[in-house]
Amino acid sequence: MFGRLFLRDLHLALRRPAALLLPVLFFVLAAALFPFAVGPDLELLRKIAPGILWVSALLAALLPIETLVAPDVDDGTIGQLVSRGVALETFAAARMAAHWLCFALPLLLALPVAGVLLGAPALGKLALGLLIGTPALAALALLAACLTAGLRGAGALAGLIVLPLALPVLIFGVGVGSPGALQLLAAASLVLVAVTPFAAAAALRARME
Amino acid sequence: MRGGRRLFDGIGFAVPAGGALQIEGRNGAGKSSLLSQLAGLLPVREGHVRHAGRIAYAGHDLALKPGMRLRDELAYWAGLDGQPVMAVDDALTAFDLTALADLPVAVLSSGQKRRAVLARTAASGAELWLLDEPGVGLDSASLALLAAAMVAHRARGGAVVVATHGDIGLVAPAKLRLG
Repeated sequence: MFGRLFLRDLHLALRRPAALLLPVLFFVLAAALFPFAVGPDLELLRKIAPGILWVSALLAALLPIETLVAPDVDDGTIGQLVSRGVALETFAAARMAAHWLCFALPLLLALPVAGVLLGAPALGKLALGLLIGTPALAALALLAACLTAGLRGAGALAGLIVLPLALPVLIFGVGVGSPGALQLLAAASLVLVAVTPFAAAAALRARME
Repeated sequence: MRGGRRLFDGIGFAVPAGGALQIEGRNGAGKSSLLSQLAGLLPVREGHVRHAGRIAYAGHDLALKPGMRLRDELAYWAGLDGQPVMAVDDALTAFDLTALADLPVAVLSSGQKRRAVLARTAASGAELWLLDEPGVGLDSASLALLAAAMVAHRARGGAVVVATHGDIGLVAPAKLRLG
């Protein structure tokens, strides 16, 4: 069942390439803004590059939140799944995996471009950190999407939910390279990915009362 | 319960294989809510719902993605139900949608979309059909198709529960009046 739902999500996402490109373009553009705002000091840019790239990634993860789950709630897809006895946890897990693939993979591919704009810092470590940390961002985005689906101002509200919860990921992600940071990032990511399907399903179930 | 308001209580019914139940009542009596409860979409405050087989629910929401081709949409849901592609073709034929099968759902008229939802129900292979106002938006030819599909389904030993405020051509249904 997970496989079917996951493939369906990928299939639907690939039909709308523009929606796939948007977060990546946003990521690169946000990163490109900093050299203009901070000034052409290459030393300084190189030093703050990990922070910039992580914040940009976090903001990029927030972009698709409003269309992540709400359409399926509105058009009755969730209802059809529930009436078939499909666990909402399975739905949430599949959606989370598909969302990660659709938003994190293009982002990692665009990382070298964003890196060049910031004086090309050590991209290896950053890429590793993003690879481990982005599942957590995908999980938080899904959770917020499920909590706010159908509400007015859902996007802004979802942002308010995600940003504080993403702090540990951000801190450990930027710190990758210092002792223990990678492990802590992995731990935070693992916990969020493991818990989110259940929390998201509970949020969806609560709206059906 | 809907919005914290008690809509009905003391309801009890059983629908046997091959049987049909027609839920009637004025607007707002709770027909759709009762059907949602039978489908597992709304919690039952007191009492319980049991069904012997799989269910297929056709509510007001289409749950069809507008950009996708009709046949692919029905095939996806039939796949979730563990049904072969043949079941989709049969259902498309039963509801006179074969000519529209390769069109995106977005270009279908509202009556055609309603028929698509009914075709998904027919292709599900489920024993119990739960139909919420299935006659709304259908022309007389489509209503006849629906009636024929329900007869065929019951002849195979399936059961039908319909919420409706008008007659939709069910043969000898048990009736439940709400409100």
